[in-house]
Amino acid sequence: MNISLSITKNIHEWLFSIMPEGIASITEMVLIAVVYLAIFAVAGLYLVLLERKVAAWFQLRIGPNRVGWWGLLQTMADALKLVSKELTGTERADKFLYNLAPYFVIVSSLMALAVFPFSQEFHAFDINIGVLFLMAISSIGVIGILLGGWSSNNKFALIGAMRSGVQTISYELSVGLSLLTMVLVTGSLQLSEIIEVQKNGWLIVQGHIPAVIAFMIYMIAGTAETNRAPFDLVEAESELGAGFHTEYSGMKFAYFFLAEFINMFIIAAIAATIFFGGWLSPFGITESIPLLGVVWFLGKTLVIVFLMMWFRWTFPRLRIDQLLTLEWKYLLPLNLLNLILMALVVWLNLTIQF
Amino acid sequence: METTTITNNFKSEEYFINMGPQHPATHGVLRLLLTIDGEIIKKVEPDLGYIHRSIEKMCERDSYQQIVHLTDRMDYLSSHINNEAVCLAVENALEIDIPERVKVIRTIIGELTRIASHTLWWGVMGMDVGALTTYFLGFRDRELINDIFEETCGARLTMNYNIPGGLMYDIHPNFIKRVKDFIAHFKTKLPEYDKLLTGNVIFQKRMKGVGILTKEDAISFGASGPVGRGSGYSCDVRKHHAYSALDKVNFKEALRTEGDSLARYEVRVQEMWESMSIIEQLIDNIPEGDYKVATNAVIKLPKGEFYQKVEAARGELGVYIVSTGTKNPYRLKFRSPGFSNLSLLNHIAVGGKIGDLVASMATLDIVVPDIDR
Repeated sequence: MNISLSITKNIHEWLFSIMPEGIASITEMVLIAVVYLAIFAVAGLYLVLLERKVAAWFQLRIGPNRVGWWGLLQTMADALKLVSKELTGTERADKFLYNLAPYFVIVSSLMALAVFPFSQEFHAFDINIGVLFLMAISSIGVIGILLGGWSSNNKFALIGAMRSGVQTISYELSVGLSLLTMVLVTGSLQLSEIIEVQKNGWLIVQGHIPAVIAFMIYMIAGTAETNRAPFDLVEAESELGAGFHTEYSGMKFAYFFLAEFINMFIIAAIAATIFFGGWLSPFGITESIPLLGVVWFLGKTLVIVFLMMWFRWTFPRLRIDQLLTLEWKYLLPLNLLNLILMALVVWLNLTIQF
Repeated sequence: METTTITNNFKSEEYFINMGPQHPATHGVLRLLLTIDGEIIKKVEPDLGYIHRSIEKMCERDSYQQIVHLTDRMDYLSSHINNEAVCLAVENALEIDIPERVKVIRTIIGELTRIASHTLWWGVMGMDVGALTTYFLGFRDRELINDIFEETCGARLTMNYNIPGGLMYDIHPNFIKRVKDFIAHFKTKLPEYDKLLTGNVIFQKRMKGVGILTKEDAISFGASGPVGRGSGYSCDVRKHHAYSALDKVNFKEALRTEGDSLARYEVRVQEMWESMSIIEQLIDNIPEGDYKVATNAVIKLPKGEFYQKVEAARGELGVYIVSTGTKNPYRLKFRSPGFSNLSLLNHIAVGGKIGDLVASMATLDIVVPDIDR
C-alpha cells in the first residue's frame, strides 16, 4: 500500500525476529534517533544556506554560489571548517557550565522535532500532550543561552544572556497562550488529533477572526523566541558584538548557530501544524497519495520560514524596553482577550466547518 | 531602618565595559569607556588615538601641494571636500583668481561626495539599528558615484583631484552624461530609502525623542553639520560663507528643530535631495575655460595666518594655516567636524539604553580617522 510504511514495518519485524524484544525496541529507538539527527543536522545546514540566499535576494546580491552547484555545498564546507577549528575559551570561565551550555540548546531543539507529524505515517512520537511537550522542551534552550552567557566571563556575553532570559520568558507566555487559543477549537493537545480535526478545514479558517489574531501573535512571539530580528537583541551585532556566544568557537559555536535555525524550523512547523493543517493538502486534493503529506508539510513550513526571513531582512531591531512593552502591555492582554473570544466562538458554535 | 538595609542589598551595581577599539558599532578604532547600570548608560568616555597618524605635524614638513594629498586620509568619505578646503586656503592666501570652470566642477564633485558619504552613512545607520539590508542599498548608489569619480579623478576613495590653483586634469568627456544618469537614477532610489527605513514603526520608535540635543548645547559643544542643523542651529557653511560656485545656486538649508536622532537622520536625507538640486543647477552650465591656473612650482605663502572653512559631509571643516613665508606652513590645524561632534556623545547618550547609544552614535556619523587625524 505504502512504500515508506512497508519499509519501516519490514525493518521493525526484522529487528524483532533476530533479537529479544527489549533489545530490539531499544535498537529501534536508537535507529530512529540517528535518522532524525542526521536529517535535521542536514536540514539545519540547508536552512542556513536558504537564509543566505534569501538575504542575498533582498540585498541585491547573488549569495553563496562557489561551493557546489548554486552554492549547495557551501554550508557543508562551513560546517567542516567549524568542526576542524580549535575550541578556544576565556580564562577564569566556569569551564563546566561553559562546555555544557551548547548541548542544552542543541538537544532541546532536536528533541522538539520528535513530536511533529511529517505525514500520516512519518510521526515518531505521538504523545497525547504534544503541544505541551513542544512548549516545555523548547523553553529548555534558554537555559543553555543563559548558562553560556554567564559562564563565558565576558560582560557582553552576560548582557546578551540577561536579555535572552528576559525576552524568552516574556514571549513564551504569548506563544503558549496563542497555541492554547487554538487548542480550544481542537479540544486536544495531541498533534495527530489536531490534524484530524483540521480535515474539516484548517484551524485558521475554522477559528476565523480569533484564529487569525492568534496566528499573528504567534508569529511575533515565535520570532522573538528564536531570538531573530527584529528581536535579535540577544546577539545584537552592533551593540554586543556576538552577544551570548561571543566567546564560543568551533563546534560549540556551530551548535548555537544550528540550534537557532532548527528553532526557526520548529516555530514554523508548529505554525504549519496548528494553523495550516500540517500534512493535510488544501481541500484534500492529494489525499489519495499519503506520501505527498511530507511535501505539503514542508512546503507550508518553508513558506512560514520565508516569512520569518523576510522579517529579519527588512526590520530594524527593537530596544529592550520596547520589546518588553510590546509583550506585557500589548500582546499579553490582547492574547487573553482573544482566548475569551475564541472560547465564545467555540461555545456558541460559530466555527466554520466544511 | 529595616527597609534601608533591604534596598542596599538589592542596589544594582554599576559596571564598566570597553566598547571598542574593535567593535562593530564604533566604525573603526574608536574606544568607548562605558559605565553601565544594567542596560542604562551612566557615562560614556571616548578614548581616542588608535589611528592617530600625526597628519598635522606631517603638514609642517610638506609643501602645500603635498598637504592636499594628506587630507584625503582624514575624513576619507569626503576626501574631495577636504582637498578643496586646503586648496581654497592656499589660493586665498596667494590671492589667485580661480577660473569659473574650476569652481563649478569643484562644487559638483563636492556635492557628489556629500551624496556618496550620506548614502554610506544611511546604510551603516540602518545596520546599527539592526536593519542589515540598508547597507547594500546604500552601497549600490554609492558605487555609481565612485564609478564617476574613477573616470574623472582616477580614484574611487582618495581622489586627490584638487591642486592649489585648480584641478589635476580636466573632467572626463563622459562626466556630464554620467552625472545626469546618476541623478535620474538616484531620484527614483532615494524614495526607496524612506520606504524601507524612515517610515518603519520600529525605526521611528528607536529614533524619536532619543539622544536629544538642544540648540544651546549644540552651539556650546561646537556641533556643526547635520548634527547642529538637526537641533535647529543654522550652521551650513555653504549658506553663510559660500565658497566655490555655491553662491550661484539656490538650495535650502536642511533644518530641524527637534534635536533628536530622527531629526539628524531627516536632515541628512534632505541634504541628499538638496545636493542633487545643486548638481542639477550646475551640471548644464559648466563654463568653458582652463581647468587650472599656473602656480609657482614652489608655493610660498605670505607671512600671516589664514583660515578657510568648508562644509564637509560631517560638518564644518576648518583649515588654519600659520605661515612664516616659507614653503612649509609653520603650523597647520584642522578643525575637524567629527571631533566636536563626538564630544557631545556623552551628553546625549547618558540615561539611555545601550541600543540608544549605538543609534545616537550612528546619527553623529563618526569617521574615526577624521577625529584622530
